[in-house]
Amino acid sequence: MTTVEEAPAVPMGFGRMTRKEDARFVRGRGNYVDDIVLPGMLHGAVLRASLPHARITRIDTSAAEAHPKVRAVITGSMLEGLNLAWMPSLSHDVVPVLATDKVRFQGQEVAFVVADDRYAARDALELIEVDYEPLPPVIDARQAMAPGAPVIRDDIDGKSDNHIFDWEAGDRASTDAAFAAAEVVVAQDMVYPRVHPAPMETCGAVADMDKVSGKLTMWSTTQAPHAHRTLYALVAGLPEHKIRVVSPDIGGGFGNKVGIYPGYVLAIVGSIVTGKPVKWMEDRSENLMSTSFARDYHMHGEIAATADGKITALRVKVLADHGAFNNTAQPTKFPAGFFHIFTGSYDLQAAHCEVSGVYTNKAPGGVAYACSFRVTEAVYLVERMVDCLADELGMDPAELRMRNLLRPEQFPYTCKTGWVYDSGDYPRALRLAMDIAGYEELRREQAERRQRGELMGIGLSFFTETVGAGPRKHMDILGLGMADGAEVRVHPTGKAVVRLSVQTQGQGHETTFAQIVAEQLGISPQDIDVVHGDTDNTPFGLGTYGSRSTPVSGAAVAVAAQRVRDKARIVASAMLEVAPEDLEWEKGRWFVRGDPSVGAAIGEIAMAAHGSLELPEGVEGHLDAECVYDPPNLTYPFGAYICVVDVDPGTGQVKVRRFVAVDDCGPRINPMIVEGQVHGGLADGVGMALMEVMAFDTEGNHLGGSFMDYLVPTSLECPMFELGETVTPSPHHPLGLKGVGESATVGSPPAVVNAVLDAIGVRHADMPFTPAQVWRSMQGRPLRTDLAVE
Amino acid sequence: MQVTMTVNGRPVHGEIEPRMLLVHFVRDQLGLTGTHWGCDTSNCGTCVLWMDGEPVKSCTVLAAMAHGHEIRTVEDLERDGELDPVQQGFVEQHGLQCGFCTPGMMMTARWLLDHNPHPSEAEIREAISGQICRCTGYANIVRAIQWAAEHPRVEPAAVPEPAAAAGQAAERSGEEVGVR
Ligand code: FES
Ligand code: FES
Repeated sequence: MTTVEEAPAVPMGFGRMTRKEDARFVRGRGNYVDDIVLPGMLHGAVLRASLPHARITRIDTSAAEAHPKVRAVITGSMLEGLNLAWMPSLSHDVVPVLATDKVRFQGQEVAFVVADDRYAARDALELIEVDYEPLPPVIDARQAMAPGAPVIRDDIDGKSDNHIFDWEAGDRASTDAAFAAAEVVVAQDMVYPRVHPAPMETCGAVADMDKVSGKLTMWSTTQAPHAHRTLYALVAGLPEHKIRVVSPDIGGGFGNKVGIYPGYVLAIVGSIVTGKPVKWMEDRSENLMSTSFARDYHMHGEIAATADGKITALRVKVLADHGAFNNTAQPTKFPAGFFHIFTGSYDLQAAHCEVSGVYTNKAPGGVAYACSFRVTEAVYLVERMVDCLADELGMDPAELRMRNLLRPEQFPYTCKTGWVYDSGDYPRALRLAMDIAGYEELRREQAERRQRGELMGIGLSFFTETVGAGPRKHMDILGLGMADGAEVRVHPTGKAVVRLSVQTQGQGHETTFAQIVAEQLGISPQDIDVVHGDTDNTPFGLGTYGSRSTPVSGAAVAVAAQRVRDKARIVASAMLEVAPEDLEWEKGRWFVRGDPSVGAAIGEIAMAAHGSLELPEGVEGHLDAECVYDPPNLTYPFGAYICVVDVDPGTGQVKVRRFVAVDDCGPRINPMIVEGQVHGGLADGVGMALMEVMAFDTEGNHLGGSFMDYLVPTSLECPMFELGETVTPSPHHPLGLKGVGESATVGSPPAVVNAVLDAIGVRHADMPFTPAQVWRSMQGRPLRTDLAVE
Repeated sequence: MQVTMTVNGRPVHGEIEPRMLLVHFVRDQLGLTGTHWGCDTSNCGTCVLWMDGEPVKSCTVLAAMAHGHEIRTVEDLERDGELDPVQQGFVEQHGLQCGFCTPGMMMTARWLLDHNPHPSEAEIREAISGQICRCTGYANIVRAIQWAAEHPRVEPAAVPEPAAAAGQAAERSGEEVGVR
């Protein structure tokens, strides 16, 4: 804590400072979607499918319509008349707003009620009668492609199976050759089960269609307000200039709030139909059962190596369960996200992977929960395979990793799937993590405890992230290139405003983006207002997910601020009557080279730029600039994690004793915020490894529909995390920044799983390691965690 | 039905349905939106406020049950323009990210420190274990509460007596919170 108190309260740029946004949050004055109240506002509620797969034979809404407080009841057939029953998904598919023909997962949207208050809206749902003809559900991804499996998507012309796509990366022939020549090969099946981001605030919206102006204002829980605006224009046929999307304070996103949910569209329809603002907020069960889940990757990995532990090749086959509609939110050309990075942090000769996507009778989604577009699954796969290999070779997993990590001189490194890792010193990060943990001492302690019959486990993971999507020529979402805009404006009195295309869900943008500008211009972060989350007041961009805010929008802000600085130089040269080339910059001030006493501070320059000062030919007044940043490459944060667990041999209960995390995300804008993000991601890893899973029974019933069933970690499961850092700037970002938001969620699950398996001496069993799963794994009978089957 | 209760020192009354939850009464009728709602099953704790000096999950209390009782919400932590040490601790130690769990966490923390001014880490973790945070991993929430314990509010010499406090409440009733 002492270092904390020594730091200046507000740095003039990068460094620890408390968050500007906290002033409202700690007073209970945040403004979340459900806090918004408009005059005459009505409330919507969604009727959802009770069955996972069934034909709708009749819907009777007459009793609901007769309810005195009900203003509208909307069904799929009504939407069909408006050509709104289906909307485009984010992945070349369609998603029903309300079911018309069949329901395809439990919890799917069937009807929408608009009523005077939220209680009445829920009451009216009970009055809607729906007759279903049940159909056999497809719940097990491994059965989805079996001959004779029920066809879920019979709405697609000519569809006769549940196949969505096949995708591959790497080189098959060289990989097969490396395997044929390998001295050691280890193969392992593993499931990364379906989990859910479960932000504390559920999804919701307030839609207000002003009939007079024809303008729709849409307050909603969105991580991507601009992309949503464009999609509403495309889906609902509303003119884009008549749509304003506002993302107010958001109670956590983690990828859950990237997509457009039927409820948002229904709130809009409700407002159009009733002429009143309509609020729709889902409840927790709706959030868990119907909104974007994550993972559900069924993986078969093979790793090849020499007898002395040099890894030579990796081969992977994945079955990806995408649910009933292909609605994964990732760049369009990447059906398996960035799974390309499955070779991880290692120097291999060859690698190849294949991913096949299938439909099942489960909610759509798949890319969420801070996964960096499937990097989470890729890291889990490779870090588990390395541990399996260590087990096979009888080698220490740290030593095996050290032997195979990429070396600093190999960067920029082109991996076997063609991606260019920007920078890194991996062995240094691993060594630092081992030093913080006292690795060798821990192994000695483990050996001693084993003698006494105590189960202690040490788990490592080393991850390479790939974030900051992305270069426009490769990456778009529904045709929208993934570049982001920013505007920086210095007011006459030297205070500033920066307008962002991205939106915070807790990442602290109002502080860190002010710090980026402060670093460039020497204006205090306290004097810089950050405007974001409102499409009428910010430049276009694709939003906050995939750890892209700092790598993309942060770069846009940095470049815009640098342009302001360049313009300030010209203004200063006119003020001081010297050539611009004769001026030098020190933070906050241009001065005459060789005579530092003669200069102009940014505030003076701003006033002059707005005043009557005669400016050089072609230079306009005022002091502002814009940038649309198209990243030249992704950025590659990385880290080394070590988890220490104790397992109760009598009950199978796992206790996370220690969790060491060394992260390298390049320079840190605000170390306090970076550490907070890492903490959150480490807790996610504890959750996924030990308790979080959305399982289904064979009837297709969702078994994780509440926080009583879908368990997330509490204060009792999380230790005091021990953090370290190395700093390797990215050559592909103007400030060297790499992004960190999802690093720990990506890197932590395998560390915990490796620790548990190390403790119980089992090569592999699937997450989550509930006491039952640990116990069963110790007996050699691990559970299949994704299904309620033996 | 009619309910009357004291909320943050002021008498309030409302016309409600008997089934209305306290969390909805406080948020929707009184406009005190600092208290949040995050689950259907009393598991998340974003709705924690005080009833008669004890933290309760207000999604588990009917507004009718609060009739005649005293409610305190996050909006009442700040006094005379000065943040409660718990609020300051959350700022200083980065105990919040999205801020959604924060009001509930702070109400529990205030109660803990009132009853145990020097809690151990384990006692802090136990106290907040019925509340979920998805952002912070709890480490900085624990530190925030520790910070507050180390920086207790220096009470002004004359602490208002209960009678005086009641007088104050009566004085304020002019600006009584109406039902929206
Ligand atoms: S709203 Fe979740 S416990 Fe009250
Ligand atoms: S700060 Fe976001 S849930 Fe706790």
